[in-house]
Amino acid sequence: MPQPEISQSHPPVVKKRISDPLSVQVLLVGLTYLFFIGFIFLPLGLVFSQAFGKGWSVYLEAIREPYAIEAVKLTLLTVAIVVPVNAVFGVAAAWAITKFNFPGKSTLKSLLDLPFAVSPVIAGLIFVLLVGSRTPFGSWLGEHGIKIIFSTPGIIIATIFVTFPFIARELIPLMESQGRDEEEAALTLGAKGWQIFWTVTLPNIRWGLLYGTILCGARSIGEFGAVSVVSGHIRGQTNTVPLHVEILYSEYNFTASFAVASLLVFLALLTVVVKSTMEKHFQKNSFHH
Amino acid sequence: MGIELQNINKQFGEYKAIDNLSLNIASGELIALLGPSGCGKTTLLRIIAGLELADSGKILLENKDTTNLPPRKKNVGFVFQHYALFRRLTVFENVAFGLKVLPFRERPSRSEIRDRVAHLLKLVQMDWALTRYPSQLSGGQRQRVALARALAVNPRVLLLDEPFSALDAKVRQELRRWLRKLHDEIHVTSIFVTHDQEEALELADKIVVINKGRIEQQGTPQEVYDHPANAFVYNFLGNVNVFHGRIHNGKVSLGAHQLDAPDDLKNVEEKPSQTFVRPHEIGISRIRSNDKDLEGTIREVRLQGGQIGLNIECQGLDNPIEAEVPRELFVNLQLAKGVQVFVTINRVRVFTGDYEI
Amino acid sequence: MALFQIKRRNILPGFGLSMGYTVFYLSAIVIVPVSMIFFNTFPMGWEPFVNAVTAPRVIASYKLSFSTAFFAALFDAFAGLLTAWVLVRYRFPGKQFLDALVDLPFALPTAVAGICFATLYSPIGWLGQLLAPLNLHIINTPTGIIIALIFIGFPFVVRTIQPVLEEMEQEIEEAAHCLGATRWQTFTKILLPHLFPALLTGVTLAFARGIGEYGSVIFIAGNLPMKTEIAPLMIMSKLDQFDYAGASAVALVLLLISFTMLLLLNAVQEWQQKEYRS
Repeated sequence: MPQPEISQSHPPVVKKRISDPLSVQVLLVGLTYLFFIGFIFLPLGLVFSQAFGKGWSVYLEAIREPYAIEAVKLTLLTVAIVVPVNAVFGVAAAWAITKFNFPGKSTLKSLLDLPFAVSPVIAGLIFVLLVGSRTPFGSWLGEHGIKIIFSTPGIIIATIFVTFPFIARELIPLMESQGRDEEEAALTLGAKGWQIFWTVTLPNIRWGLLYGTILCGARSIGEFGAVSVVSGHIRGQTNTVPLHVEILYSEYNFTASFAVASLLVFLALLTVVVKSTMEKHFQKNSFHH
Repeated sequence: MGIELQNINKQFGEYKAIDNLSLNIASGELIALLGPSGCGKTTLLRIIAGLELADSGKILLENKDTTNLPPRKKNVGFVFQHYALFRRLTVFENVAFGLKVLPFRERPSRSEIRDRVAHLLKLVQMDWALTRYPSQLSGGQRQRVALARALAVNPRVLLLDEPFSALDAKVRQELRRWLRKLHDEIHVTSIFVTHDQEEALELADKIVVINKGRIEQQGTPQEVYDHPANAFVYNFLGNVNVFHGRIHNGKVSLGAHQLDAPDDLKNVEEKPSQTFVRPHEIGISRIRSNDKDLEGTIREVRLQGGQIGLNIECQGLDNPIEAEVPRELFVNLQLAKGVQVFVTINRVRVFTGDYEI
Repeated sequence: MALFQIKRRNILPGFGLSMGYTVFYLSAIVIVPVSMIFFNTFPMGWEPFVNAVTAPRVIASYKLSFSTAFFAALFDAFAGLLTAWVLVRYRFPGKQFLDALVDLPFALPTAVAGICFATLYSPIGWLGQLLAPLNLHIINTPTGIIIALIFIGFPFVVRTIQPVLEEMEQEIEEAAHCLGATRWQTFTKILLPHLFPALLTGVTLAFARGIGEYGSVIFIAGNLPMKTEIAPLMIMSKLDQFDYAGASAVALVLLLISFTMLLLLNAVQEWQQKEYRS
């Protein structure tokens, strides 16, 4: 099916700006590049030079090592659970907030942003306090054979906490700008709730949803602080990829550490490329962290 | 009876949007709800559609009480001000939507749906656009698709919320003539909301003038225009000169001048009055034709299409008069700024009371 | 009144389901867990609480976290403004590339950033060996922490300024130009005040993020008590000693300060919007 450009009926206006003198432009662009070299390019270059510094075979060995593979598996499992769960929540929250008027809406919206204001370490801490083995609830769970902290469920829950606003934050402004007209039109045409959602709303928000999902996924892969509190760092069991990088690094196994880190860098670069392509495609001009 | 509204009330916080409003609309009529913005006309339309719930009152569509039915069971067609086409569906899918969401047993077959959509799109002259997306259409085209979509479900009534207000002047003209023609063909009971008196006068079988959540007057365009029930309606239906004065023993004071009061106010002894004169009901001449003429000087000349607008300062009046004369007359009388003229007031409407504009 | 509101909002379907789910999820994932910090702090009593959060090592860690986050955010204000300006206003080779890479600190796991900076600035690292002869030590110093936080906070500033700069009407600048203002005057008198709310938002976000940041900092900081031990690390080490109450006390103070800051930011933004409207 051909996808029409959203902007088709309004051709983009080419803005001609008053421009600065060339010398100023060169100076400012130069300074920007200098900043990027120091803060972006050098670290990226370092990762690859360290990772591949001792040759391909050492690199491959490091990422094929059983603990590394276990860490990748755990991280993938975490992402596979966290992203769908947060996507469903994001859609539900955005629907409730944008399609209805109710008292306390702005409070709800600011609660959504809470995880952004909370240090990752605190994000981990609160779950230790809630279900850690030394808490009443945690010891009750322990008696029934359920272990959350220092095991996979804890990692997943902490990651859910850290990443849960991403999708909702993408969808809310999008759905606010789209208004309620289309849903109301569908209603007067006889559609039921789920019919409206699947045929009208979801197609309208699918790109925003995908976009939020990518951000949420990237953050779930890379979350370190919160996961590090609840994981217990048991190799082969509760080590995610970022934790594995840390362990290797603190054992002075730099090559292996950077080799595993390079996997994360590839993913980060991929995320950034996909994100900027999507933004260019949809002329999105605001980015909600 | 097509639509019956009984004692509808609706309040938004402190603000009374609909104030105990009752209205009957015959089947097959095309009705305009006319009023200034914020008068409650859109709210009323949304209440009929079930998109808002009235605080109290009853709504009967074709003699069936639909007050508490959810919108999807009301079987009304609603056309939105900003079209509200489903942007991710094609024109065909938009129009077919209402048929495709029917429960399986009531749903027409695929080929029936295709035929019905094709028929409707032909009716709105959009059959060439089946596979287009809304974003590829102009505003006028989108609104016609929206209309076809609303008609697809065979609605008992068709509700249009300021359907033309988002369009340019020329397309608006075209589309409302076309809508009138369409209505003459299909005769579905229709209500459209507008704040444009010209649109209402041109298009509707009946006009309902609404102000502050109440009906000020209803009737055919002719009735409403020629016999406005009150000062609000008179004022809302077109440009007007207003003179505040007093009515006294069958005479209305107009600044220093006196006019005969209309028959129904002959017996009023003494009351404050407001005299309304439409700009085109004012005659202009270079010589005095009778002793009631006012003498004045043209202060301003404005080109208004085929008409010329004049701003005339008259002796004995506090405020200048706005008059409209045909271009021909303007040329023949050699009118211009600063020219002395005599003003004949051909027709006045006088309202007593303290109506404020 | 309340009844009418409930009636009105139920026209579109799904309110109960979506709202119920949202509230349930928020409670389970956010409200209940976050409230645990309060529940674990209150039983301490006032004095032990004060003692816990005013211990010299804790105070030093707060000071360090706030000062490094502050200087990093300040640096980001300039770097972010510069980058946003260059990306919006100029055309130059590699522009798309830089624009995309602005988001790298969002996308890159913080631990990776941490080991990168620690290695870069180590005495034998690429940058460390250049600085060592000058007697500049980055690793195990607050400067190192600031460098890591600059990296982390950078995209917040760029991405909040960029849209405002893009949407800014050219007419405003042209008008200033026609009135005889120089480019510099236009920039300081027209553009900067216009950008200020966005800049403030971005800087505050970078600052708030910096206070809580952990992964990218611990590798370069060296974590020397009283010197380069950040507040989140204090929480971590109290947790390692199973001092849950102490950890929550430190966390509570950190949380309250972050919230206050974000609330202030909201208030400033609302005030700005009102000013703008009137």
